[in-house]
Amino acid sequence: MAIRIEITKKDNIEGDRIKKAIKDIGIKVKNVFTKDVYLIFGNLTEKEIRIIAEEILVDKVWEDYTIEEDKGPEEGWIEIAYNPGVLDPVAKSTENIIKEVGMDIKAVKRIKKYKIEGENIEQVKQRILYNKLIQHQVVKKEGLAVPPKYNFKPIYVPIFNTDLITISKQMSLFLNEEEMVKIRDYFKEINRNPTDVELETFGILWSEHCSHKTFKGEIQNSEFRIQNLLKSTIMKVTEELNKPWVISAFSDNAGIIEFDEDYAVCFKVETHNHPSALEPYGGAATGIGGVIRDILGCGKGAKPIANTDTFLFGNLDMAYEGLPEGVLHPKRIMKGVVNGVADYGNRMGIPTVNGGVFFNEGYTANPIIYCGCVGIIPKKLCKKKVEIGDLVVLIGGRTGRDGIHGATFASGEMTGETHTQFGSAVQIGDPITEKRMMDALLQARELYNSVTDCGAGGISTAISELAKDIGVIVELEKVPLKYEGLSYREIWISESQERMVLSVPEENIKKIKEIFFNEGVDATVIGEFIKGKKIIVKYRNNTVVELNTEFVLEGMPTRKLKVKRPRQRSGCPESKVNEVGAGFSLRNIEQNPLSVLKTLLSAPNIASKEWVVRQYDHEVQGGSVIKPLLGDAAVVRPLLQISNLKSQISNRKGIVIGSGISRLKDPYWMAVSAVDEAIRNVVAVGGDPDRIALLDNFSWGSPEDPEKMHDLVMASKGLYDTAKVYETPFISGKDSLYNEFKTENRTLSVPPTLLISAIGLIPDVEKAVSYSLKSKGNSIYMVGETYTKNRLPTTKDRKIFFSLHRAINEGIISACHDISEGGIGVGIAEMCITCLPTGKNGNLGARINLDNIPSSTPQFCGVDLLFLESDTRFLVEVKDETRFKEIMEGIPIGRIGEVTEEPILDIENMFKVSIKEVRYIYENSLKKLIE
Amino acid sequence: MVKVLILRTAGTNCDEETKAGFELAGASVDKIHIKQVLKNPQIIHRYQIFCLPGGFTYGDDISSAKILALEIKHWVIEELQRFKDDGKLILGICNGFQVLVKSDFLGGFKVSLVENTSGKFEDRWIHLKINPELDSGQKSKIKNIWTKDLPEVISLPVAHAEGRFVTPEKVLKELKTNNQIVFHYVDKKGNPALHYPENPNGSLGSVAGICDETGRILGLMPHPERYIFSHQHPEHREPAVGMQIFKNAVEFIVKG
Repeated sequence: MAIRIEITKKDNIEGDRIKKAIKDIGIKVKNVFTKDVYLIFGNLTEKEIRIIAEEILVDKVWEDYTIEEDKGPEEGWIEIAYNPGVLDPVAKSTENIIKEVGMDIKAVKRIKKYKIEGENIEQVKQRILYNKLIQHQVVKKEGLAVPPKYNFKPIYVPIFNTDLITISKQMSLFLNEEEMVKIRDYFKEINRNPTDVELETFGILWSEHCSHKTFKGEIQNSEFRIQNLLKSTIMKVTEELNKPWVISAFSDNAGIIEFDEDYAVCFKVETHNHPSALEPYGGAATGIGGVIRDILGCGKGAKPIANTDTFLFGNLDMAYEGLPEGVLHPKRIMKGVVNGVADYGNRMGIPTVNGGVFFNEGYTANPIIYCGCVGIIPKKLCKKKVEIGDLVVLIGGRTGRDGIHGATFASGEMTGETHTQFGSAVQIGDPITEKRMMDALLQARELYNSVTDCGAGGISTAISELAKDIGVIVELEKVPLKYEGLSYREIWISESQERMVLSVPEENIKKIKEIFFNEGVDATVIGEFIKGKKIIVKYRNNTVVELNTEFVLEGMPTRKLKVKRPRQRSGCPESKVNEVGAGFSLRNIEQNPLSVLKTLLSAPNIASKEWVVRQYDHEVQGGSVIKPLLGDAAVVRPLLQISNLKSQISNRKGIVIGSGISRLKDPYWMAVSAVDEAIRNVVAVGGDPDRIALLDNFSWGSPEDPEKMHDLVMASKGLYDTAKVYETPFISGKDSLYNEFKTENRTLSVPPTLLISAIGLIPDVEKAVSYSLKSKGNSIYMVGETYTKNRLPTTKDRKIFFSLHRAINEGIISACHDISEGGIGVGIAEMCITCLPTGKNGNLGARINLDNIPSSTPQFCGVDLLFLESDTRFLVEVKDETRFKEIMEGIPIGRIGEVTEEPILDIENMFKVSIKEVRYIYENSLKKLIE
Repeated sequence: MVKVLILRTAGTNCDEETKAGFELAGASVDKIHIKQVLKNPQIIHRYQIFCLPGGFTYGDDISSAKILALEIKHWVIEELQRFKDDGKLILGICNGFQVLVKSDFLGGFKVSLVENTSGKFEDRWIHLKINPELDSGQKSKIKNIWTKDLPEVISLPVAHAEGRFVTPEKVLKELKTNNQIVFHYVDKKGNPALHYPENPNGSLGSVAGICDETGRILGLMPHPERYIFSHQHPEHREPAVGMQIFKNAVEFIVKG
C-alpha cells in the first residue's frame, strides 16, 4: 500500500511558467496548476505519516498538503512519473532521510501533477509536460517495479561463414567490413567464437567516439598524401613549437600546461550533441558531468575550477510545422540544455565562466553542445602509471541500465526512430553523487597510482585503457548495482554516470575506502591489474571476455578515407566582408547605418546572452575576476591552498579562458578565423600571448562523404597554419562526427562547426580589463588593420598581440574589446552599453570618427567600414596616450574617438543614438525570443 | 586564536572561499563534515564561530537545504542551542541561511525562503542597505556586531534559485520592530527594492538577511565570501566589503 502526500504551493510560479511555454507552441490555455506528489511505500502509523508530511516534505510557511491512501491519478489532472529504472535522485534522498530519522519504509516515488484548463491537451503533454524516453503518464496506481532476476547464460556469436555486416548491424556495433574481418581473423587464430560482450568491446573501443579513426585515417589522392590527419596537422604544430610549458598534450584526459612553480592547469572540452538532441536537460547535464570527470581523471586528479559551454541551436522563432518528425523545437532544446548545464554545474560548485550561444537553421535537427572544464593540479601529481598488482577500484555512483550504447550511438547518424531504438542511450545526471566523488577523490590523490573516468563505454573503456601495456582481470559480479537483473553484458558496457576507476596499491585500499565512506560514496574493488597483456572479464567465475590488450587497443585497421573538393557551399558567408553578424547580409540591406546597427544588436547571435549567463553561478569558488557579459574572455584567479596566506596575496597570477567560432563558408578560413578570435579574446582581457594553448572541437557530418572529409582536411590545415604563426600549441581536442539526421527523404547534416578554446595566463589579475568604458575624456583607439580579404596572419599580427599585452600590463588601457560579429559598430556599442548605469562611472557614451581607421584599402568607407568583421583587431580605451603610442610603435593604430559624458553613441557624419535605446535592444531581444 | 567551524556535507560548495574569508580575518578554520558532528555533536564547543556555508546540500532535494536542516534539527539542535547560549556566533550564508530557517534556528518556523519569483537560479550583484542597529531586548539599542564599520549601502553578489523571503505580515512587522532585519535589497538610490532585478528574488519587505533576537545568529542570502578581494567586484571596486563581515565576527570573539 502506498500513502499519497500531495503538496500545493501558495504561489503558482511553476504553473505560470508552463502556461507561457504552452503559449510558445501556439496553444492558448486559460490556466495551469501544479502539485507535487510523494508516494510513500511501507507500513507506517498515522503519526509517522504525519511526521513525514509535516516535518520532512512540507514547508508549512508556503505549502499546503493532503494525505490519503493512493488510489491512482486524480480525474482532471495529468500525472507524470519517471519510468522504472530511471534514476530520480530526489526520491532517493527523500527515502534516505525518512529511513535515517527512524521510519521503516520500502521506497518513495514522486509524481508531478498538472491541471490544464484549455484545449489541445494531448499536444501539450507531448511537447511540454514530459519526455517519453524517461517519463510516462500515470494511468493507474503506481507500483514498485520489481526488476526481473537475471539468469546467467554466456552468449557466443557465430562469426565464421556468416555475413559480418549483418552482425555489425544487428548488434549496433557500427563497425565496417574491414574491421569486422580483422576481428573475425583474430578469433580464427584463437579458434573460438566471440562472446556477445567481446564483440561489444570492439564496437565501443573501435568506435569513432573512442578511437577517432577518421582523424587517424589515411588519405591518399592527387591533392593530399596524409598518413594520419591529426599527427600531420594539429599535433604537429605542438611538436614543432615544443613549448617547455606544455606539460601534457593529447595523451591524458585533458591537456596540461604550467601555471606557476608548483601548479599546473588542465583544460578539456567535449561535445554531447546526440544525447542533448533527444533529452536536452539530461543530455547537457551529463555532458558537463562527463567533462568534469575528465578533469578529475587528468593526472592523478585535478580540482575543477571553471566550466565553459558553447551551444549552437536552430532558430528560436522557427515554425513547429517545419520541424522534421522526431526533432524537438530549438526553444525547448535551448531551455533544457541551459537548465541542465546550470543545474549540474551549479550543484558541483564549479563556476561557468565562458562560452557562447549561436543560432542557425542548420542546427535544428543537429544541435551542438560543447561543454568544457578547467582544473588546477599540483605539478607533482601530473603523472600517473598503473602498477602490476594494483587493485581495480570502481568509485562513485552505482551501475544501472542507463546509457547502454552511448559510444556507438554517437558514432552513427540519428533518424526519427532513434528515440525508440536507443532510448536507453539517454542518461540522467546526479550531480551530488559526482560532488561526493570529487570531494573524496581530491583527498585521496596521494593514495592511488592512476585514475581515469568512465565515459562512453563505461568501465569497459576505462579499465581497458588503464590496462594499456599490461593486463587486467575484472569480476563483474562485484560491481555495485542500482537494481538487480543486469546481465554481465550490461554491467560491462553500461554508461551510468558519475563513475571513475582507480588503480590502487593494495596497502592503501583501507585508507581509500575510509575516505570514500566518509563522503558517503562507494569505492569497490572489482579486479586487479596483472602481468601478461590480457583483458580478462569474469562473471561468477565464468570467463566472458578474454582478449589481447594490444589488439583491442591498437589492432584497429587504419581507415582509408576518400576526399573530394566540394563544388559549392551554401548557407554560410564567403568571407567576412560580404556578410556580417553571422549571416546578416550587408549587400541586401538599405544602407542606413543606424538601422543596420539596431538590426545587428537585436540579432540573436549578437544580442546579450544575459538570459543564459545569469542562470549559471559564475562566481562560486571566489575566483572570478573578469566576468561573463563584461569581458571578451574569462579571468579566474584560483584560490590556492590558503595555508600560506602571504603567497596567496602576493601571487596574483590568473587563468584566462577564451573561445572562437567562425561561421565562414570555407573550412580553411573558418579555422584561421576561429583561432584568431580565441587568441584575441584572451589577449583583450590581458592574457599573455606567449602563454596560450588551444583546444580544437570539431562537429562535422559524415566523414564517409568525401566532400565533408575534404572540408575536415582543409580545416585542420587552417588550424596548423594559424597556430604555427601565433605559436600557440594545441593541447587537447575532440571530434564529433556523424552529426546527421535522416528523415524519410533526405539527410540533414550539421554545418561544419569548429570551436577553438584558448587557455592562457595573466601575470597579475589586478591588470585585467573588461570592455565597458570607464572614464570620460579617455581616447578610443583602433588597433590592427582592417582587411577586405581573407588572409593568413603573419608574425606582424603576432606583434600586435604582444604590444597590446604590454600596454594592458602597464595599466594604461582601461577597456579593451576585440572586434568580431558586427565589426566596429557593434563593438563600440557594446562598450557603451555595458558601462552600466549602476556603475561608479554612471552612463558614458562615445564620439567616433571613422577617418582614422587603419585599413588596407583606403577607399573603404561608410557602412562597410563600420560593420565588416576582419580579424586581429581591437578597440581600446586609453588612459595615457603618449605611452600608448610609444608601446604601439610599428603597429597599425588609429585614434578614432573619445569617451563622452553624455550617454550617446555619436558616429560622426552618420548618426547619433542614445545608449539607453541601443541598450534596451541589446539586452532584451534574445530574452523576448526565449521567454 | 578564534576558531571557526565550517560545516560541510554532500553538496556544500562555498566552503573554501568562506574559509579564506575567516582566515584572512585572522581566525583558524576547520572544515568539519556533518558525519563527524553527528558522531559527536560535542565537538562544536571547541569553536567560537559556527558557520554554514553556501551550496546545494544534498542537491537541495525536497527543497533547498531541507535535508541538512532535518539532520541538524534531529541530532545537533541541543548542542547548537548551548553553543548559542554560550554567547558564541552562528553564521548562515545562502544555503546556510536556508538551513537556519528550516531547522528553526531563525524565524521560529514562521519564515521561509522559497523559489525566486523569476522561477530561475540567478547570479547577479545587488545593493544592500544595512541596518546598523539592533534591539538588545532591553529597549536599548546596540550596534549590530556583523555590520560594524560598513557603509550604509554595500554591493554583494547573490546566486540562488530559492531565496525569496516569505513570512506572514505580522511576523515581518515584529522582525522590523525588533531591528532583526539586518540587510534589505535596495535600488541604486538606497530605497527598498520592490521590483526585479534590484530585488532579485521577490523577497517580502525586500529582506535579504535577518538575525535572531541576540544578534549573534545571522543568516543572509548574499555572499560576503565572494567579495573579500577588490578584484572580485565586476568593476574591481575597493574596499572589499564582504571581508568586513568576517573581520567583525572575529573581532567580536576576540573582544569577548
